[in-house]
Amino acid sequence: MSPSNNDFILAVEGLTVSFDGFKAVNDLSLYLEPKEIRVIIGPNGAGKTTVLDLICGKTRATEGSIKFRGKELTRMSEHNIVRSGVGRKFQNPSIYEDLTVFENLEVSYPAGRSVIGALAFKRDAEVIEAVEEVAKTIFLSDMLHQEAALLSHGQKQWLEIGMLLIQKPDLLMLDEPVAGMSVAERKKTAELLRVITENHTVLVIEHDMQFVGDIADRVTVMHQGQVLSEGSIDHVKQDPKVIEVYLGH
Amino acid sequence: MKANRFFDWLMSREGIYYVLLAFLLVVIFPLALDAFRLNMIGKYLTYAFAALGLVLCWGRSGILSLGQGIFFGLGGYCMAMFLKLEASSPENTAIQSTPGIPDFMDWNQLTALPWFWEPFHSFSFTLIAVVAVPALLALIIAVAMFKRRVGGVYFAIITQAIAAILTILIIGQQGFTGGVNGITDLRTLMGWDIRTDEAKTLLYFVCVGMLFLCLIIGAWVMRSKLGRILLAMRDQEDRVRFSGYDVASFKIFVFCLAAMFAGIGGAMFTLQVGFMSPSFVGIVPSIEMVILCAVGGRNSLLGAIYGALIVNAAKTFFSESFPELWLYGLGVLFIAVVLAFPDGLAGLYRRYVMPLENKLPALLRRSGGNAPTLPVEETK
Repeated sequence: MSPSNNDFILAVEGLTVSFDGFKAVNDLSLYLEPKEIRVIIGPNGAGKTTVLDLICGKTRATEGSIKFRGKELTRMSEHNIVRSGVGRKFQNPSIYEDLTVFENLEVSYPAGRSVIGALAFKRDAEVIEAVEEVAKTIFLSDMLHQEAALLSHGQKQWLEIGMLLIQKPDLLMLDEPVAGMSVAERKKTAELLRVITENHTVLVIEHDMQFVGDIADRVTVMHQGQVLSEGSIDHVKQDPKVIEVYLGH
Repeated sequence: MKANRFFDWLMSREGIYYVLLAFLLVVIFPLALDAFRLNMIGKYLTYAFAALGLVLCWGRSGILSLGQGIFFGLGGYCMAMFLKLEASSPENTAIQSTPGIPDFMDWNQLTALPWFWEPFHSFSFTLIAVVAVPALLALIIAVAMFKRRVGGVYFAIITQAIAAILTILIIGQQGFTGGVNGITDLRTLMGWDIRTDEAKTLLYFVCVGMLFLCLIIGAWVMRSKLGRILLAMRDQEDRVRFSGYDVASFKIFVFCLAAMFAGIGGAMFTLQVGFMSPSFVGIVPSIEMVILCAVGGRNSLLGAIYGALIVNAAKTFFSESFPELWLYGLGVLFIAVVLAFPDGLAGLYRRYVMPLENKLPALLRRSGGNAPTLPVEETK
């Protein structure tokens, strides 16, 4: 794998972040191909969420580079990273509870992002169509005008995924999307992710091995801020190092 | 088409609330009150400008400013400087050792008008300065704070500190500012005596007009996508940031807008009351403005106006009868509002009166009256 290979949509190289000397992520490299679903697994404290924080700019890297479609992200502001096509879903559903489902999606719609633009923004047919289309994908068509606070936990997770989809990002990062979901909701979410990857590259953090097996193209196992193993789900499941630190528990 | 939509809005429930307020301020108060009391209402309403700004800034966006008195004061001082220069014509000040400069400068041995007073000879410059000076200071504060992601309690404390600093500065620079007495003995506006009852009544209507202008701007901002982004930002700032918005620029905008509203309020205060002093700039008036907003309902623009009227009327009443107790009363009121009804009067209204209103058309119909059908539109 040549690092300068432009076939990768995301190329993370030698990424290190140190919090007062503690290296939460240590010399990590990760390459994602377009339209791939990559799942990161690993024990608690392995640095999985920190990797997503680093890619989306929430945390600044101490060393290393993150190239997204050839552009360096480590020096960009958060909103510019988003605008260049990286979407991030947080672990706890972060939605706007006081707004309706429609308004949640509309606020996420990628137009009128400046102060003046937001003042002049008009809810035209194009916006309504985009919102309705995404609502259909995330199974919330019937709830467009309900306040988001009234949604179930699973529906809130879907809504946040929808808020990312409407921005049409090239890379979608999801932090534990099925945590706290019922079995039926998990199945629907897996189906949703399958639909999403037709047009997006997806990077997922997940603990549920059943779910990981359902969705992943490749799996990266992290341990103590480093990559422990990488490959297909069957490959990592049989890796003795992985069994030792993660699956064995 | 446009006019039609405006008419529809006017007949909606929200529109009727605006019409009722306009009716109260433009018809009922002027008919029911004498010139002195009407002038007092006008003075109360000047605080409503600051409260409107706080609804946008605090209620809507979660940015608590304990320094709106700064901007109220700056707007007021800009207007007072113009009026003072007009009152200090060489003929009026012939007995001074340096005629033609404001009296307090003469008492402080100044022999020439300071440079920053010069532009205030121009009325058009003054009108611009009334909004531009508060907006500029707000811009500096907001850029310095929000770009560094200072927020919450820290921001509130810093605004309060700036209010204190500005008061100390004004009092200390007596020769330039009139010191603790402020700028007093204001007489005419472009030759028109503002001290007569007729002038005060007219200024009251100007104040109401400006208030409605700010109210409409505020309502427009709240209804725009920007208004929804502000609300979203209050609840989930990170989600907004990671949806591609530069959160700081939205905070800067709303803080500057609130400062401009307060500045207009300050200028209207100076015109109606006839002087401006540091006691309207500092910490106590700034906190009073937050209380007005909280009592009225920090999420409701109309609530802020009613809050300003009611709390100020109570202040006048109680401080006439029990001057020492008023401040304690105000504190108790604030604690009571925050603990017992955080959405203020507007929240109580929505909870208890609106359900009755919904039943109203049906009741009227039963009694044979011609009930207007109110299109029910939830106001947020």
